[in-house]
Amino acid sequence: MTAPPKIRIRGLRKAFGDKVVLDGIDLDVAPRTSMVIIGGSGSGKSVLLKCMLGLIEPDAGSIEIDGQDVLRLDRHGAEAVRARIGMLFQNGALFDSLPVWENVAFGLLAQRQVDRQHARARAEEVLAQVGLAPTVGALWPAELSGGMQKRVALARAIAARPDILFFDEPTTGLDPIMGAVIDNLIVDCVRRLGSTAVAITHDMASARRIGDRAAMIHQGRIVWEGPATMLLDSGNAVVDQFTHGRHQGPIQMELRR
Amino acid sequence: MNRLLDAVAATGRAVLDACRLTGRIALFGLDGLSHLARPPFYGRLFLRAFLDIGYYSLPVVALTAIFTGMVLALQSATGLSRFNAESAVANLVVLSITRELGPVLAGLMVAGRVGAAMAAELGTMRVTDQIDALATLSTNPMKYLVAPRLAGGLLALPLLVLVADILGVLGGFVIASLKLGYNARTYLSNTLDFVQTGDVVSGLVKAAVFGLLVTLMGCYHGYNSRGGAQGVGAATTSAVVSASVLILAFDYVLTELFFAR
Repeated sequence: MTAPPKIRIRGLRKAFGDKVVLDGIDLDVAPRTSMVIIGGSGSGKSVLLKCMLGLIEPDAGSIEIDGQDVLRLDRHGAEAVRARIGMLFQNGALFDSLPVWENVAFGLLAQRQVDRQHARARAEEVLAQVGLAPTVGALWPAELSGGMQKRVALARAIAARPDILFFDEPTTGLDPIMGAVIDNLIVDCVRRLGSTAVAITHDMASARRIGDRAAMIHQGRIVWEGPATMLLDSGNAVVDQFTHGRHQGPIQMELRR
Repeated sequence: MNRLLDAVAATGRAVLDACRLTGRIALFGLDGLSHLARPPFYGRLFLRAFLDIGYYSLPVVALTAIFTGMVLALQSATGLSRFNAESAVANLVVLSITRELGPVLAGLMVAGRVGAAMAAELGTMRVTDQIDALATLSTNPMKYLVAPRLAGGLLALPLLVLVADILGVLGGFVIASLKLGYNARTYLSNTLDFVQTGDVVSGLVKAAVFGLLVTLMGCYHGYNSRGGAQGVGAATTSAVVSASVLILAFDYVLTELFFAR
């Protein structure tokens, strides 16, 4: 018997004015697996992630986490669910008014889990897990390179040992080597924590490194879902055009001439 | 006829938009203030906002108050001399400073200095996803970012205005005694005899309202900014302009409430 999905999305719809971004998304993510969602720019990947995080309210549909519909929860219930989720934002979204260690320990301090002294020790421990020296904790985000900022953002996402992790374009803006380093760290962290992960990306190499399974969004719907190893050989014309970067195929870019 | 209807429709839309915006700002402000009554409280953030609004605005507000007091003494002396009422200079300076110019000028200065900075800071946090990141880290952004700033503005501006009142009167005193030849002792005693507690208190109440308006406009426009650097710039401009206009409008309303007979 297969385990019930950790995350179950049904009929999710979201429109901004006339523009329909999500048009009935159905998706299951099994526990302790990594799901990679691919799709073109503006296809609604980030909106889907923000709906799952409760940052955007969908127009219709349901999002269940461990069988509980998070869209029907009150404020406290939603905050409790959110506390179990770690999120790596596309640009890191580090708080530039706080030193690195406070960024990493922010969730722990916010949830009153530890005092400041223990929070700093925990932050340095997590920084070590993403390959950063404890001295980095005293620096400010503006003093870090792009790759280091991504590592700090990853450390912040995993510091409270969440059982669900979301990654929004984790390798965007990084060189290929640093992208591979971040991907390996993500895989490492997800395995060590035993978390369920959902990542959205354009980067096919990254998608295959991070994902156990993959899904593609096109025109607001999931058009394909399967093992991430089959991304380059899915047999779906839309996925094939996207993953091989062909300009001809069923996906028509809206260009004004 | 059609043109007339179009004009009426456009006016109606503008009025509805203005009502909608007023409602949104009011709800935003009430939400922010309601967090001051519910834990957790961010004392360090409140202290930072209080120092930023109060202590670090002190030089610019002090200079404004001193020069305003000096100009007021100079102008009123020449004006009142036409009616042989030079003795009223001390009264005019202290009343103008405590009731009107102290709170209004301090409010406008703080709107330019602090309101703009708040809108830029929160706007940058919005467009770089830092506000969303707060929400994902079990922290209510309204409680963490907005409530401490509103409390800081509400409490810091009255103290700032108290200092501005003293320095404004001092500026008038310096000009009156050193340049205009008034007797220093008589000028001071006229000032102290004429000023009433209500004059100072009304100015401090105005200051508290202006402090709330400045921080509310800074937070609202920054928190809701959109569209990258251009959006942050627009939020900063809107914060300063709206706070300045509201200060002048509320100054009239509060003056009516305090002093209209």
